[in-house]
Amino acid sequence: MSATGIGAAVRRKEDFRFVTGKGQYTDDIVRAGQTACYFVRSPHAHARIKRVDTAVAKGMPGVVGVLTGADLANDKIGSLICGWMITSKDGSPMKMAPHPAIAKDKANYVGDPVAVVVAETLAQAKDAAERVQVDYEVLPAVADPAKAQAPGAPAIHELAPRNTIYEWHLGDAQAVEAAFRSARHVTKLDIVNNRLVPNAIEPRAAIGEYDIGTDSYTLWNTTQNPHVARLVISAFVGVAPEHKLRVIAPDVGGGFGSKIFIYPEEVVTLWASKRVGRPVKWVSERMEAFVADAHGRDHVTHAEMAFDADNRICGLRVKTIANLGAYMSTFSSSVPTYLYATLLSGQYRIPNIYCEVDAVYTNTVPVDAYRGAGRPEATFVVERLMEVSARELGVDPAELRKKNFITQFPYQTPVIMTYDAGNYNASLTKALELHDYKNFGKRKRDSARNGKLRGIGFSTYIEACGIAPSQAVGSLGAGVGLWESAEVRVNPTGSVEVLTGSHSHGQGHETTFAQLVSERLGIPLDNISIVHGDTDKVQFGMGTYGSRSAAVGMSAIVRALDKVEAKAKKVASHLMEASESDIVFKDGKFTVAGTDKSAAWGDVALHAYIAHKFSGAELEPGLKEGAFYDPTNFTFPAGCHICEVEIDPETGRTEVVGWTAVDDFGVVINPMIVEGQVHGGIAQGVGQALLEGAIYDGNGQLVTGSFNDYCMPRADDLPSYKVDMTVTRCPSNPLGVKGCGEAGAIAAPAAVINAVTDAIGAENIAMPATPAAVWRAVQNARPRVAAE
Amino acid sequence: MPAVSMTVNGKAVTADVDPRTLLVQLLRENLRLTGTHVGCDTSQCGACVVHVDGRAVKACTLFAWQAEGASVLTIEGLADGQQLHPMQEAFRDNHGLQCGFCTPGMIMTAVDIVNRKGHALDEKTIRHELEGNICRCTGYHNIVKAIDAGAKAMAAGGVRQAAE
Repeated sequence: MSATGIGAAVRRKEDFRFVTGKGQYTDDIVRAGQTACYFVRSPHAHARIKRVDTAVAKGMPGVVGVLTGADLANDKIGSLICGWMITSKDGSPMKMAPHPAIAKDKANYVGDPVAVVVAETLAQAKDAAERVQVDYEVLPAVADPAKAQAPGAPAIHELAPRNTIYEWHLGDAQAVEAAFRSARHVTKLDIVNNRLVPNAIEPRAAIGEYDIGTDSYTLWNTTQNPHVARLVISAFVGVAPEHKLRVIAPDVGGGFGSKIFIYPEEVVTLWASKRVGRPVKWVSERMEAFVADAHGRDHVTHAEMAFDADNRICGLRVKTIANLGAYMSTFSSSVPTYLYATLLSGQYRIPNIYCEVDAVYTNTVPVDAYRGAGRPEATFVVERLMEVSARELGVDPAELRKKNFITQFPYQTPVIMTYDAGNYNASLTKALELHDYKNFGKRKRDSARNGKLRGIGFSTYIEACGIAPSQAVGSLGAGVGLWESAEVRVNPTGSVEVLTGSHSHGQGHETTFAQLVSERLGIPLDNISIVHGDTDKVQFGMGTYGSRSAAVGMSAIVRALDKVEAKAKKVASHLMEASESDIVFKDGKFTVAGTDKSAAWGDVALHAYIAHKFSGAELEPGLKEGAFYDPTNFTFPAGCHICEVEIDPETGRTEVVGWTAVDDFGVVINPMIVEGQVHGGIAQGVGQALLEGAIYDGNGQLVTGSFNDYCMPRADDLPSYKVDMTVTRCPSNPLGVKGCGEAGAIAAPAAVINAVTDAIGAENIAMPATPAAVWRAVQNARPRVAAE
Repeated sequence: MPAVSMTVNGKAVTADVDPRTLLVQLLRENLRLTGTHVGCDTSQCGACVVHVDGRAVKACTLFAWQAEGASVLTIEGLADGQQLHPMQEAFRDNHGLQCGFCTPGMIMTAVDIVNRKGHALDEKTIRHELEGNICRCTGYHNIVKAIDAGAKAMAAGGVRQAAE
């Protein structure tokens, strides 16, 4: 291993600019003649828009324009779309309702844009927005997914009777019924996977700019996938042709999924910039973000797991209602289906699985992928069932897991996925040791002596990452391919620029991708630049989500580097007057086998460009290669997280007193960065389990609409984590990597709730397990005595 | 519009601003010091923390005119050219940041913690003192480590606080 290559914990190249305040985020950019815009949003969850009167607002100081849904329709700006077609059990296509960027006839959630004010300053835009008069006819609203399909529930979209988007299923219902009939024990659970607000700390922002000279547009945007944004805004929404629209994602301050999607605001800034003839900037305020950024999770589930007489799982059946909100966001349909039900086998041999999912419209903010996207929901179902089953069967939860682990690979689950490699015993065993599991009983007794309830919980999770083989996802309804592109440009001086379709918004690609290049070409990290986030610089790429940047994005770079090396060897053979087959490239040096001839990397790069040593008939000058890499399988990171909690029965406060994570991410490029990803994921998972919850009241008002009401995890809510790894190489990609970005958020909620329920001796606690909820549960339960 | 005057990162500045202009807006929009960030609208997240007369302040809680005559230090004033302040260096060494958005506020708070609490900080103190700063990326683990290391490095380097 080189000091800067694969496996080295090198400091991040991007950090100097971030620790000195020199990062450049969208809101830091100022365009000449820039205006500010502010959205008028519906205060009602469901209301007919009878009239929008902009006359007074238009006359306010500094106002440049006030635009409405009618203006948008007049300009033939199209609807936002969902890009993954799900087909119902009965063969009918999902019911995708029109989603105009500004509502014209009906507002369908609190926060639905109904007008936009463009002004010289933001203060002026806000002042004028208060004077936009909207006449609403308020309609009954439904926010609870469990009530959306009920007879008499308010109808949100005409094309979706019973507010039902699809009724989908996966697996063999009859085989599962048979398995349950022959089972010795069945564990049943009702689960609510609580609705979350992603809350990347950088609020979303957009600057749209129209250039009349070239009849083209530029969008600066907080996006995780600039090319996909450009494709959707051009091909579907129709603001501008693809080649006349440049999308730039500068530094982006966290995404967690919420910045994947194509939202109304970026469409409006682009469209409005042509209407007003000046750049238009929008920066979300935090409270605005609560009603403008896609939320996550929001499942209501009943699940049952069947065991045979030997405590082996013989069947799993799951029924879920998934809330997709008022409109179908970009990838919303795939989250509770192919990213959820396909992971219900967990790490276990489960011969029979059947899952039904109804997706529903409600009068709430659209719901889409949030860190983990479907996989945390699946893991929560499976890992809660395992823990509760162990308690009901009276066996150790670790032993029950071990008994049911998949140990032979490849393994075909009954729900599409083929797990390629893993060693689940290894990660569980290592975690048990690191956590000192064998002395948990003693710690529990110590806590009891102090009047505290101590509990321990496991989560042996699996996820499907490296998203995704294009042909496979195409057959399941995806509207796009999920390959990645890379281009490696070697300069005449030997320095290297890598242009990647992946996008970094905290993951540290400028460092890890450079480590790969340093390892392959033997050049220092300082001689390598990673370029991303600009559709005018980088060829089409698919962006970053689903823990795909290492497995797919870096694999594309490997392919491009293979081509660069092959071409460089040709140049070296001319330079050293040797046969190409005798050229050896190692540690940044070309040598001729069996001789003392050598050429440095920089010499070969220079000669590729000056082209004095070969004729144009023999070889093209230059040293630049591109590649598109399409994975052949998903990757399957997996591991074991153990959470230990201590609960004060008098206050209901849960303290996370220990956390051990042993993950198998395959080959690790930079362990420092990977550990950081695990830490952050766990924090979000603990947040979901103990603190966070987006709550709507019966009228569809978001009660938790600011950082004052929605409890974000703070430093003193969280412990230090013990993080370690085991490694099985991923066989399906050239680097052997699996991906690490979502693991913590996937594993953590089940581990926490398993620990809390262990401590209090009651299973029926909903997330977030706030002190009030835990206190009530403690009062209703008879805590397990610590004498075990 | 009334003029406000103050010292920012050692330089005297004057700006004509609307009376409702917040200090963070003055810094970002008038002075183009965009390292101070805005992450919320309820003074919860701490992305906008700067030092005003040597004390950590959320720049979204102060009108610009309230800082009249004050000495303001922002993240841009902490390093000496390429030479990072020990706390900045500690964040980099300990991977105390990911997306970087909360980082300027975290670092300004961290320096303030050391200024108030000294160089020997335990984990509990650091975590408690960070209550006013939200990070969504790191899970705080490495931020806590970075502040501990930065506090010790400030002692070793004799840095109590940057010149302000």
